[in-house]
Amino acid sequence: MTPASVLCLFFIFLVPLAAAGLTLINAGLGRSRSAAHAMLAALCVMAVAAIAYTLCGFAWQGFAGGAAYSLHAAGREWNWLAAEPLFLRGRAVDGSTASLVLLLQMLSAGLAALIPLGSGADRWRLGACCASAAVLAGWTYPLFAHWVWGGGWLARLGVDYGAGQGFLDAGGASCIQAVGGLTALSIALILGPRRGKYAIDAQPAAIPGHDAVVVLFGCFLALPGWLGLNAAGAILCTGAEPGRAVLVAMNTTLSAAAAVLATAAVTTLRFGRPDASLCANGWIGGLVASSAACAFVTPAAAAAIGLVAGLLVTFTVAYIEWPLSIDDPGGAISVHAAGGLWGVLAVGIFARSPDNVSGQWLAQLVGAATLIGFVLPLTYSLNWLLHRLYAHRVAPEGERQGLDLYELGAGAYPEFVTHNEDFTQL
Amino acid sequence: MKALGFILLLSGWAIVLAAMALLRTGLDRGVFVTAGIGVEALGLALAVRAHRPPRGESE
Repeated sequence: MTPASVLCLFFIFLVPLAAAGLTLINAGLGRSRSAAHAMLAALCVMAVAAIAYTLCGFAWQGFAGGAAYSLHAAGREWNWLAAEPLFLRGRAVDGSTASLVLLLQMLSAGLAALIPLGSGADRWRLGACCASAAVLAGWTYPLFAHWVWGGGWLARLGVDYGAGQGFLDAGGASCIQAVGGLTALSIALILGPRRGKYAIDAQPAAIPGHDAVVVLFGCFLALPGWLGLNAAGAILCTGAEPGRAVLVAMNTTLSAAAAVLATAAVTTLRFGRPDASLCANGWIGGLVASSAACAFVTPAAAAAIGLVAGLLVTFTVAYIEWPLSIDDPGGAISVHAAGGLWGVLAVGIFARSPDNVSGQWLAQLVGAATLIGFVLPLTYSLNWLLHRLYAHRVAPEGERQGLDLYELGAGAYPEFVTHNEDFTQL
Repeated sequence: MKALGFILLLSGWAIVLAAMALLRTGLDRGVFVTAGIGVEALGLALAVRAHRPPRGESE
């Protein structure tokens, strides 16, 4: 292995920290009676996603320059799906660049599959979480990731249609974050709100997270994970030189920093004091928004991207809860879908091409339109079909009791009985 | 209304694809891509609105 490959491998090894961070945030923002379920669901989802991606996901995603299915329309080729063999047959996993891409993508698919757990918290059955993760990692994620990172039609917008350098996304703001965030929106719509969230007059009730310390520790863990994700993605998926990892790390950190400070300032102005859970969402929103542009912008631009992401997350969390009446306990829709889409558009606004190629904004706009107009209906319809076959939502009794007792048979904190009636009715 | 929302989402995307494939200049493409995103926004609003829980049902 070359020194560059070893460096990439080190960055890839950091990616599970991002998953650990998101898991802690989702668990902490949920109810204490579903905390163990949230942690186990995350572990199972990562496991299912890794297997589903290895079985068939990589065959659909492939890599740039590999075998692919193409359509011909308007005199041009539209590369829409990879044609690699299933089960990684014939693929050497030997430290080559292709095998590093495979490893990064397997972990990225798991990260994308974790995101919907935030919006489905406290009411999503464990089996349904796993089934949804298999569909996401085995089909939805690889399909879009092929278009962006596998030499698909979005990546070729620059060559075929003169739109900048084609759709750019270094660290997965679109493929990982927006795809996961839009799936989170689908799950929240299909499941409906938690019992008691919206009262008779449709006003939302506050259901605060149960452990702010866990949530904020998750934010710390997520930072090295995102540094690894963005740096590995920039090098392996967009061809950046290894030395650019320093810029990527600086931009990622500055974006998160600006986002959390913006969120703290806004919540202080609105509520008189900073809100810990919203600040955590702002921090992750800044990381998410940094992912697309981290290798193509200056540190000042990265801070501006983070600043907007912090404001965006703060206001969309409130707007989604009311008046849209979507119950998203972990803020996954605001953080990952809205933050990811903003990150994608930010490339078109702030990225500077070394060759002064114009039209990058158009490529980014087409990518964002594809996420909203194609990925959202796709992921909604697949999860709706799954829901018809195997109901996603837990029974009302399970929701009242808490998913820990109902699905796992034991609470996360048995020595701290905070819901006495729940623990004594079994 | 839910189905109409998702049909509009897909229609907006179709407008975006058609703009890229059929139009020649960046400005024309930009205008039609923006229009396609507008149709998608309308579809998203309809789809979300169709999912809003009826008053009192969540109690």
